[in-house]
Amino acid sequence: MIRIALLVAGKDLRIERRSRVLLWQVLPFGVTGLLLCGLALGPTHAGHSSAAPGLFYLVMLLVALLMINRSQVIEGSVGTKTSIATLGLDPAGVFLGKALALAVELWLTAVVLLAGSVLFLHTALSGTVSALPSVVVILGALAAAGTLYGALSGGGQGPATLLPMLSLPAFAPLLIAGERSFSAALDHGSIWRWWVISLVALVAYLALGILLYGVLEES
Amino acid sequence: MIKQLSQRLLGPVTLVLLALTLWLGLWVTPPDKVQGNLVRLLYVHPAIAWVALYVSFGTAAIAGALYLWKRTRSELMDRIAYCAMEVSTVFIILTLITGSIWGRPTWGVWWAWDARLTSTAILGLFELAYLALRRANDDSDLRARRSAVFAIIAAINVPIIHFSVDWWNTLHQGASVFTEDGKITVHGSMLVTLFISLFAFTLLFFWLLRARYRLEVLRDEKYQSSLDEALAQRRREGVH
Repeated sequence: MIRIALLVAGKDLRIERRSRVLLWQVLPFGVTGLLLCGLALGPTHAGHSSAAPGLFYLVMLLVALLMINRSQVIEGSVGTKTSIATLGLDPAGVFLGKALALAVELWLTAVVLLAGSVLFLHTALSGTVSALPSVVVILGALAAAGTLYGALSGGGQGPATLLPMLSLPAFAPLLIAGERSFSAALDHGSIWRWWVISLVALVAYLALGILLYGVLEES
Repeated sequence: MIKQLSQRLLGPVTLVLLALTLWLGLWVTPPDKVQGNLVRLLYVHPAIAWVALYVSFGTAAIAGALYLWKRTRSELMDRIAYCAMEVSTVFIILTLITGSIWGRPTWGVWWAWDARLTSTAILGLFELAYLALRRANDDSDLRARRSAVFAIIAAINVPIIHFSVDWWNTLHQGASVFTEDGKITVHGSMLVTLFISLFAFTLLFFWLLRARYRLEVLRDEKYQSSLDEALAQRRREGVH
Protein backbone atom coordinates (compact mmCIF):
# COMPACT_ATOMS: atom_id res chain seq x y z
CA MET A 1 0.00 0.00 0.00
CA ILE A 2 2.79 2.44 0.93
CA ARG A 3 4.67 1.61 -2.30
CA ILE A 4 1.57 2.31 -4.38
CA ALA A 5 0.95 5.50 -2.41
CA LEU A 6 4.46 6.73 -3.15
CA LEU A 7 4.08 5.81 -6.84
CA VAL A 8 0.78 7.69 -7.18
CA ALA A 9 2.06 10.69 -5.21
CA GLY A 10 5.19 10.77 -7.40
CA LYS A 11 3.05 10.64 -10.55
CA ASP A 12 0.80 13.51 -9.39
CA LEU A 13 3.72 15.67 -8.29
CA ARG A 14 5.59 15.06 -11.55
CA ILE A 15 2.50 16.09 -13.53
CA GLU A 16 2.28 19.22 -11.37
CA ARG A 17 5.97 20.01 -11.86
CA ARG A 18 5.72 19.65 -15.63
CA SER A 19 2.45 21.54 -16.06
CA ARG A 20 3.49 24.30 -13.60
CA VAL A 21 -0.17 24.99 -12.80
CA LEU A 22 0.66 25.32 -9.10
CA LEU A 23 3.41 27.84 -9.78
CA TRP A 24 1.75 30.02 -12.40
CA GLN A 25 -1.93 29.74 -11.58
CA VAL A 26 -2.64 28.53 -8.05
CA LEU A 27 0.03 30.49 -6.15
CA PRO A 28 -0.77 33.81 -7.89
CA PHE A 29 -4.43 33.16 -7.10
CA GLY A 30 -3.59 32.61 -3.41
CA VAL A 31 -1.42 35.72 -3.17
CA THR A 32 -4.14 37.76 -4.92
CA GLY A 33 -6.66 36.38 -2.43
CA LEU A 34 -4.46 37.47 0.48
CA LEU A 35 -4.03 40.94 -1.03
CA LEU A 36 -7.78 41.22 -1.52
CA CYS A 37 -8.29 40.35 2.15
CA GLY A 38 -5.95 43.19 3.06
CA LEU A 39 -7.86 45.56 0.78
CA ALA A 40 -11.18 44.44 2.24
CA LEU A 41 -9.94 45.15 5.79
CA GLY A 42 -8.66 48.57 4.77
CA PRO A 43 -5.31 50.22 5.60
CA THR A 44 -6.15 50.86 9.27
CA HIS A 45 -7.15 47.24 10.03
CA ALA A 46 -5.00 45.19 7.63
CA GLY A 47 -1.80 45.44 9.69
CA HIS A 48 -1.64 43.50 12.98
CA SER A 49 -5.23 42.39 12.49
CA SER A 50 -6.62 39.65 14.71
CA ALA A 51 -8.44 38.49 11.57
CA ALA A 52 -5.16 37.50 9.86
CA PRO A 53 -5.17 33.79 10.91
CA GLY A 54 -8.76 33.35 9.73
CA LEU A 55 -8.03 35.10 6.45
CA PHE A 56 -4.94 32.96 5.86
CA TYR A 57 -6.97 29.77 6.31
CA LEU A 58 -9.83 31.11 4.20
CA VAL A 59 -7.46 31.71 1.30
CA MET A 60 -5.85 28.30 1.86
CA LEU A 61 -9.28 26.73 1.71
CA LEU A 62 -10.08 28.38 -1.63
CA VAL A 63 -6.70 27.32 -2.97
CA ALA A 64 -7.34 23.78 -1.69
CA LEU A 65 -10.63 23.62 -3.62
CA LEU A 66 -8.78 24.48 -6.84
CA MET A 67 -6.12 21.88 -6.14
CA ILE A 68 -8.56 19.13 -5.22
CA ASN A 69 -10.48 19.70 -8.42
CA ARG A 70 -7.26 19.61 -10.40
CA SER A 71 -6.09 16.45 -8.66
CA GLN A 72 -9.38 14.72 -9.52
CA VAL A 73 -9.31 15.93 -13.13
CA ILE A 74 -5.91 14.25 -13.52
CA GLU A 75 -7.39 11.02 -12.19
CA GLY A 76 -10.46 11.32 -14.39
CA SER A 77 -8.53 11.85 -17.63
CA VAL A 78 -9.05 9.32 -20.43
CA GLY A 79 -7.37 6.01 -19.73
CA THR A 80 -6.21 6.73 -16.16
CA LYS A 81 -9.09 4.97 -14.42
CA THR A 82 -8.90 2.03 -16.83
CA SER A 83 -5.15 1.78 -16.27
CA ILE A 84 -5.56 1.79 -12.50
CA ALA A 85 -8.31 -0.85 -12.71
CA THR A 86 -6.25 -3.00 -15.10
CA LEU A 87 -3.13 -2.78 -12.97
CA GLY A 88 -5.13 -3.83 -9.92
CA LEU A 89 -3.73 -1.06 -7.73
CA ASP A 90 -4.90 -1.06 -4.13
CA PRO A 91 -7.48 1.78 -3.85
CA ALA A 92 -6.23 2.56 -0.32
CA GLY A 93 -2.76 3.12 -1.74
CA VAL A 94 -4.16 5.31 -4.53
CA PHE A 95 -6.05 7.36 -1.94
CA LEU A 96 -2.98 7.78 0.26
CA GLY A 97 -0.85 8.73 -2.73
CA LYS A 98 -3.27 11.35 -3.98
CA ALA A 99 -3.72 12.75 -0.47
CA LEU A 100 0.06 12.89 0.02
CA ALA A 101 0.61 14.72 -3.30
CA LEU A 102 -2.16 17.17 -2.45
CA ALA A 103 -0.71 17.72 1.04
CA VAL A 104 2.75 18.47 -0.40
CA GLU A 105 1.21 21.01 -2.80
CA LEU A 106 -0.76 22.61 0.04
CA TRP A 107 2.33 22.78 2.29
CA LEU A 108 4.30 24.51 -0.48
CA THR A 109 1.47 26.99 -1.01
CA ALA A 110 1.22 27.58 2.74
CA VAL A 111 4.91 28.57 2.94
CA VAL A 112 4.30 31.28 0.32
CA LEU A 113 1.03 32.45 1.85
CA LEU A 114 2.48 32.54 5.39
CA ALA A 115 5.26 34.75 4.05
CA GLY A 116 2.52 36.79 2.40
CA SER A 117 0.62 37.13 5.66
CA VAL A 118 3.79 38.35 7.43
CA LEU A 119 4.29 40.85 4.62
CA PHE A 120 0.74 42.05 3.95
CA LEU A 121 -1.16 41.34 7.18
CA HIS A 122 1.84 42.00 9.47
CA THR A 123 1.58 38.79 11.49
CA ALA A 124 4.56 38.41 13.83
CA LEU A 125 7.29 36.21 12.31
CA SER A 126 7.97 34.29 15.55
CA GLY A 127 4.23 33.55 16.04
CA THR A 128 3.86 32.52 12.40
CA VAL A 129 6.79 30.11 12.69
CA SER A 130 5.46 28.59 15.91
CA ALA A 131 2.10 27.99 14.16
CA LEU A 132 3.83 25.74 11.58
CA PRO A 133 3.18 22.37 13.34
CA SER A 134 -0.55 23.05 13.36
CA VAL A 135 -0.50 24.31 9.75
CA VAL A 136 1.19 21.07 8.65
CA VAL A 137 -1.37 18.84 10.38
CA ILE A 138 -4.43 20.87 9.38
CA LEU A 139 -3.39 21.01 5.72
CA GLY A 140 -2.70 17.28 5.87
CA ALA A 141 -6.25 16.72 7.15
CA LEU A 142 -7.56 19.08 4.45
CA ALA A 143 -5.72 17.04 1.81
CA ALA A 144 -7.09 13.72 3.10
CA ALA A 145 -10.65 15.06 3.35
CA GLY A 146 -10.32 16.81 0.00
CA THR A 147 -9.20 13.64 -1.78
CA LEU A 148 -12.17 11.77 -0.36
CA TYR A 149 -14.67 14.51 -1.25
CA GLY A 150 -13.08 14.97 -4.67
CA ALA A 151 -13.82 11.31 -5.43
CA LEU A 152 -17.33 11.70 -4.00
CA SER A 153 -18.07 14.67 -6.23
CA GLY A 154 -17.42 12.60 -9.32
CA GLY A 155 -13.70 12.83 -9.81
CA GLY A 156 -13.70 16.06 -11.83
CA GLN A 157 -16.57 14.80 -14.01
CA GLY A 158 -19.41 16.02 -11.82
CA PRO A 159 -20.89 19.51 -11.71
CA ALA A 160 -18.34 22.18 -10.70
CA THR A 161 -20.49 23.39 -7.81
CA LEU A 162 -20.71 19.98 -6.18
CA LEU A 163 -17.18 19.82 -4.72
CA PRO A 164 -17.44 23.06 -2.68
CA MET A 165 -20.92 22.13 -1.53
CA LEU A 166 -19.82 18.68 -0.35
CA SER A 167 -16.51 19.64 1.16
CA LEU A 168 -17.06 23.01 2.83
CA PRO A 169 -19.14 21.63 5.74
CA ALA A 170 -16.30 19.19 6.42
CA PHE A 171 -13.61 21.83 6.03
CA ALA A 172 -15.33 24.27 8.41
CA PRO A 173 -14.15 22.50 11.63
CA LEU A 174 -10.60 22.37 10.21
CA LEU A 175 -10.83 26.09 9.45
CA ILE A 176 -11.91 26.77 13.04
CA ALA A 177 -9.10 24.60 14.47
CA GLY A 178 -6.55 26.26 12.19
CA GLU A 179 -7.67 29.77 13.05
CA ARG A 180 -7.65 29.05 16.79
CA SER A 181 -4.20 27.47 16.81
CA PHE A 182 -2.68 30.21 14.61
CA SER A 183 -4.24 32.90 16.84
CA ALA A 184 -2.89 31.10 19.93
CA ALA A 185 0.58 30.99 18.36
CA LEU A 186 0.47 34.72 17.60
CA ASP A 187 -0.62 35.42 21.20
CA HIS A 188 2.23 33.19 22.50
CA GLY A 189 -0.35 30.71 23.83
CA SER A 190 -0.36 26.93 23.52
CA ILE A 191 -1.31 25.56 20.11
CA TRP A 192 -1.29 21.92 21.22
CA ARG A 193 -4.94 21.55 22.22
CA TRP A 194 -6.09 22.45 18.70
CA TRP A 195 -3.17 20.54 17.23
CA VAL A 196 -4.41 17.34 18.88
CA ILE A 197 -7.96 17.95 17.56
CA SER A 198 -6.53 18.49 14.06
CA LEU A 199 -4.46 15.32 14.39
CA VAL A 200 -7.60 13.36 15.32
CA ALA A 201 -9.32 14.79 12.21
CA LEU A 202 -6.32 13.83 10.06
CA VAL A 203 -6.28 10.25 11.37
CA ALA A 204 -10.09 9.97 11.00
CA TYR A 205 -10.06 11.16 7.39
CA LEU A 206 -7.11 8.93 6.52
CA ALA A 207 -8.91 5.93 8.04
CA LEU A 208 -12.17 6.76 6.25
CA GLY A 209 -10.33 7.26 2.98
CA ILE A 210 -8.46 3.96 3.27
CA LEU A 211 -11.72 2.15 4.06
CA LEU A 212 -14.07 3.86 1.61
CA TYR A 213 -12.06 5.08 -1.39
CA GLY A 214 -12.34 1.69 -3.03
CA VAL A 215 -16.13 1.76 -2.75
CA LEU A 216 -16.21 5.06 -4.62
CA GLU A 217 -13.85 3.94 -7.36
CA GLU A 218 -15.37 0.50 -7.94
CA SER A 219 -17.42 0.35 -11.13
CA MET B 1 -52.93 -7.99 9.49
CA ILE B 2 -50.92 -6.43 12.36
CA LYS B 3 -48.66 -4.73 9.82
CA GLN B 4 -51.64 -3.25 7.97
CA LEU B 5 -53.28 -2.15 11.21
CA SER B 6 -50.09 -0.45 12.46
CA GLN B 7 -49.68 1.29 9.10
CA ARG B 8 -53.24 2.57 9.26
CA LEU B 9 -52.96 3.65 12.86
CA LEU B 10 -49.58 5.39 12.54
CA GLY B 11 -51.02 8.64 11.17
CA PRO B 12 -53.96 9.03 13.55
CA VAL B 13 -51.89 8.04 16.62
CA THR B 14 -49.22 10.58 15.64
CA LEU B 15 -51.80 13.32 15.24
CA VAL B 16 -53.41 12.49 18.58
CA LEU B 17 -50.05 12.55 20.37
CA LEU B 18 -49.06 15.82 18.71
CA ALA B 19 -52.39 17.35 19.76
CA LEU B 20 -51.82 16.02 23.29
CA THR B 21 -48.34 17.61 23.35
CA LEU B 22 -49.86 20.91 22.21
CA TRP B 23 -52.58 20.78 24.87
CA LEU B 24 -50.24 19.77 27.69
CA GLY B 25 -47.55 22.21 26.59
CA LEU B 26 -49.79 25.24 26.18
CA TRP B 27 -52.47 24.77 28.83
CA VAL B 28 -51.70 22.11 31.42
CA THR B 29 -48.02 22.64 32.31
CA PRO B 30 -47.09 25.65 34.45
CA PRO B 31 -44.73 28.43 33.35
CA ASP B 32 -41.10 27.99 34.35
CA LYS B 33 -39.74 29.83 37.40
CA VAL B 34 -36.95 31.48 35.38
CA GLN B 35 -38.03 31.32 31.73
CA GLY B 36 -41.74 31.93 32.20
CA ASN B 37 -43.88 30.93 29.20
CA LEU B 38 -40.81 30.63 27.01
CA VAL B 39 -40.32 27.16 28.46
CA ARG B 40 -43.26 25.94 26.33
CA LEU B 41 -41.04 26.04 23.26
CA LEU B 42 -38.90 23.39 24.92
CA TYR B 43 -41.68 20.84 24.50
CA VAL B 44 -41.07 21.15 20.75
CA HIS B 45 -37.42 22.08 20.18
CA PRO B 46 -35.65 19.14 21.91
CA ALA B 47 -38.06 16.65 20.32
CA ILE B 48 -37.44 18.05 16.82
CA ALA B 49 -33.68 18.06 17.45
CA TRP B 50 -33.86 14.46 18.74
CA VAL B 51 -35.55 13.36 15.50
CA ALA B 52 -33.22 15.43 13.27
CA LEU B 53 -29.95 14.32 14.83
CA TYR B 54 -30.49 10.82 16.10
CA VAL B 55 -33.60 9.19 14.65
CA SER B 56 -33.70 10.39 11.05
CA PHE B 57 -30.01 11.02 10.45
CA GLY B 58 -29.21 7.77 12.24
CA THR B 59 -31.68 5.91 10.01
CA ALA B 60 -30.11 7.45 6.89
CA ALA B 61 -26.55 6.63 7.94
CA ILE B 62 -27.37 3.06 9.02
CA ALA B 63 -29.39 2.39 5.85
CA GLY B 64 -26.48 3.81 3.83
CA ALA B 65 -24.00 1.56 5.63
CA LEU B 66 -26.26 -1.44 5.01
CA TYR B 67 -26.32 -0.55 1.31
CA LEU B 68 -22.53 -0.60 1.22
CA TRP B 69 -22.44 -4.02 2.87
CA LYS B 70 -22.85 -6.46 -0.01
CA ARG B 71 -25.05 -8.91 1.92
CA THR B 72 -27.70 -6.27 2.63
CA ARG B 73 -27.27 -4.17 -0.53
CA SER B 74 -30.69 -3.40 -2.01
CA GLU B 75 -32.73 -0.61 -3.52
CA LEU B 76 -34.81 -0.63 -0.34
CA MET B 77 -31.83 0.47 1.77
CA ASP B 78 -30.91 3.23 -0.65
CA ARG B 79 -34.46 4.53 -0.75
CA ILE B 80 -34.76 4.47 3.05
CA ALA B 81 -31.44 6.34 3.38
CA TYR B 82 -32.49 9.01 0.89
CA CYS B 83 -35.99 9.50 2.28
CA ALA B 84 -34.75 9.60 5.89
CA MET B 85 -32.14 12.18 4.95
CA GLU B 86 -34.73 14.34 3.26
CA VAL B 87 -36.98 14.23 6.34
CA SER B 88 -33.93 14.88 8.54
CA THR B 89 -33.12 18.02 6.52
CA VAL B 90 -36.60 19.38 7.23
CA PHE B 91 -36.23 18.59 10.92
CA ILE B 92 -32.77 20.12 11.21
CA ILE B 93 -34.02 23.35 9.62
CA LEU B 94 -36.90 23.33 12.13
CA THR B 95 -34.40 22.69 14.95
CA LEU B 96 -32.42 25.77 13.97
CA ILE B 97 -35.56 27.90 13.56
CA THR B 98 -37.13 26.90 16.91
CA GLY B 99 -33.75 27.26 18.65
CA SER B 100 -33.36 30.70 17.14
CA ILE B 101 -36.85 31.76 18.29
CA TRP B 102 -35.94 30.61 21.81
CA GLY B 103 -32.48 32.23 21.65
CA ARG B 104 -33.67 35.74 20.77
CA PRO B 105 -35.45 36.51 24.07
CA THR B 106 -33.08 34.34 26.15
CA TRP B 107 -29.65 35.30 24.80
CA GLY B 108 -30.65 38.56 23.08
CA VAL B 109 -29.60 37.34 19.60
CA TRP B 110 -31.15 35.17 16.90
CA TRP B 111 -27.85 33.41 16.31
CA ALA B 112 -24.73 32.91 18.42
CA TRP B 113 -21.42 31.37 17.28
CA ASP B 114 -21.83 28.67 19.85
CA ALA B 115 -20.31 25.20 19.41
CA ARG B 116 -23.69 23.40 19.58
CA LEU B 117 -25.37 25.80 17.15
CA THR B 118 -22.46 25.90 14.72
CA SER B 119 -21.99 22.14 14.63
CA THR B 120 -25.74 21.65 14.11
CA ALA B 121 -25.70 24.15 11.24
CA ILE B 122 -22.74 22.28 9.74
CA LEU B 123 -24.75 19.05 9.88
CA GLY B 124 -27.57 20.89 8.08
CA LEU B 125 -25.11 21.89 5.35
CA PHE B 126 -23.96 18.26 5.12
CA GLU B 127 -27.57 17.21 4.60
CA LEU B 128 -28.16 19.81 1.88
CA ALA B 129 -24.94 18.65 0.22
CA TYR B 130 -26.20 15.04 0.42
CA LEU B 131 -29.37 16.04 -1.44
CA ALA B 132 -27.26 17.85 -4.06
CA LEU B 133 -25.10 14.75 -4.44
CA ARG B 134 -28.21 12.63 -5.07
CA ARG B 135 -29.25 14.90 -7.93
CA ALA B 136 -25.79 14.97 -9.50
CA ASN B 137 -25.64 11.28 -10.46
CA ASP B 138 -27.81 9.40 -12.95
CA ASP B 139 -26.37 5.95 -12.38
CA SER B 140 -28.46 4.56 -9.53
CA ASP B 141 -25.80 2.26 -8.02
CA LEU B 142 -23.07 4.91 -8.18
CA ARG B 143 -25.44 7.47 -6.69
CA ALA B 144 -26.39 5.12 -3.87
CA ARG B 145 -22.77 4.25 -3.05
CA ARG B 146 -21.55 7.84 -3.08
CA SER B 147 -24.49 9.01 -0.98
CA ALA B 148 -23.93 6.20 1.53
CA VAL B 149 -20.24 7.05 1.90
CA PHE B 150 -21.11 10.72 2.30
CA ALA B 151 -23.73 9.97 4.98
CA ILE B 152 -21.24 7.84 6.92
CA ILE B 153 -18.62 10.60 6.84
CA ALA B 154 -21.21 13.21 7.87
CA ALA B 155 -22.26 10.98 10.79
CA ILE B 156 -18.97 11.88 12.53
CA ASN B 157 -20.62 15.22 13.22
CA VAL B 158 -23.39 13.71 15.37
CA PRO B 159 -21.23 12.81 18.42
CA ILE B 160 -19.47 16.18 18.02
CA ILE B 161 -22.86 17.94 18.28
CA HIS B 162 -23.90 15.75 21.20
CA PHE B 163 -20.75 16.36 23.26
CA SER B 164 -20.14 19.95 22.11
CA VAL B 165 -21.76 21.30 25.28
CA ASP B 166 -19.27 19.31 27.39
CA TRP B 167 -16.16 19.87 25.26
CA TRP B 168 -16.52 23.64 24.83
CA ASN B 169 -17.89 26.50 26.91
CA THR B 170 -21.24 27.00 25.24
CA LEU B 171 -24.21 29.30 25.63
CA HIS B 172 -26.40 26.31 24.84
CA GLN B 173 -27.30 24.47 28.00
CA GLY B 174 -25.84 21.05 28.74
CA ALA B 175 -27.83 17.91 29.58
CA SER B 176 -30.89 19.22 31.46
CA VAL B 177 -33.33 16.36 31.97
CA PHE B 178 -30.89 14.03 33.71
CA THR B 179 -27.87 15.10 35.74
CA GLU B 180 -24.49 13.42 35.31
CA ASP B 181 -25.25 11.02 38.17
CA GLY B 182 -28.55 10.02 36.53
CA LYS B 183 -30.95 12.09 38.66
CA ILE B 184 -34.01 13.62 37.00
CA THR B 185 -34.09 17.40 37.18
CA VAL B 186 -37.45 18.05 35.45
CA HIS B 187 -40.53 17.13 37.39
CA GLY B 188 -44.23 16.38 37.10
CA SER B 189 -46.33 17.43 34.13
CA MET B 190 -43.32 19.07 32.45
CA LEU B 191 -41.41 15.79 32.28
CA VAL B 192 -44.45 13.84 31.05
CA THR B 193 -45.09 16.43 28.31
CA LEU B 194 -41.46 16.34 27.28
CA PHE B 195 -41.50 12.54 26.88
CA ILE B 196 -44.86 12.57 25.05
CA SER B 197 -43.48 15.15 22.62
CA LEU B 198 -40.36 13.02 22.04
CA PHE B 199 -42.55 10.01 21.27
CA ALA B 200 -44.98 12.04 19.11
CA PHE B 201 -42.25 13.55 16.95
CA THR B 202 -40.53 10.17 16.60
CA LEU B 203 -43.80 8.72 15.29
CA LEU B 204 -44.18 11.76 13.02
CA PHE B 205 -40.80 10.95 11.52
CA PHE B 206 -41.81 7.35 10.75
CA TRP B 207 -45.10 8.56 9.28
CA LEU B 208 -43.34 11.08 7.03
CA LEU B 209 -40.68 8.51 6.11
CA ARG B 210 -43.34 6.02 5.06
CA ALA B 211 -45.15 8.62 2.96
CA ARG B 212 -41.91 9.81 1.35
CA TYR B 213 -40.85 6.22 0.65
CA ARG B 214 -44.12 5.48 -1.13
CA LEU B 215 -43.69 8.64 -3.19
CA GLU B 216 -40.18 7.56 -4.15
CA VAL B 217 -41.40 4.11 -5.24
CA LEU B 218 -44.14 5.73 -7.38
CA ARG B 219 -41.61 8.13 -8.88
CA ASP B 220 -39.29 5.26 -9.83
CA GLU B 221 -42.20 3.31 -11.34
CA LYS B 222 -43.26 6.35 -13.34
CA TYR B 223 -39.68 6.83 -14.58
CA GLN B 224 -39.42 3.16 -15.54
CA SER B 225 -42.75 3.13 -17.38
CA SER B 226 -41.90 6.31 -19.32
CA LEU B 227 -38.54 4.76 -20.21
CA ASP B 228 -40.25 1.57 -21.44
CA GLU B 229 -42.70 3.65 -23.43
CA ALA B 230 -39.89 5.66 -25.05
CA LEU B 231 -38.03 2.45 -25.96
CA ALA B 232 -41.20 0.92 -27.44
CA GLN B 233 -41.76 4.07 -29.49
CA ARG B 234 -38.20 3.93 -30.84
CA ARG B 235 -38.73 0.29 -31.80
CA ARG B 236 -41.96 1.18 -33.63
CA GLU B 237 -40.10 3.98 -35.46
CA GLY B 238 -37.42 1.44 -36.41
CA VAL B 239 -40.02 -0.95 -37.88
CA HIS B 240 -41.56 1.78 -40.01
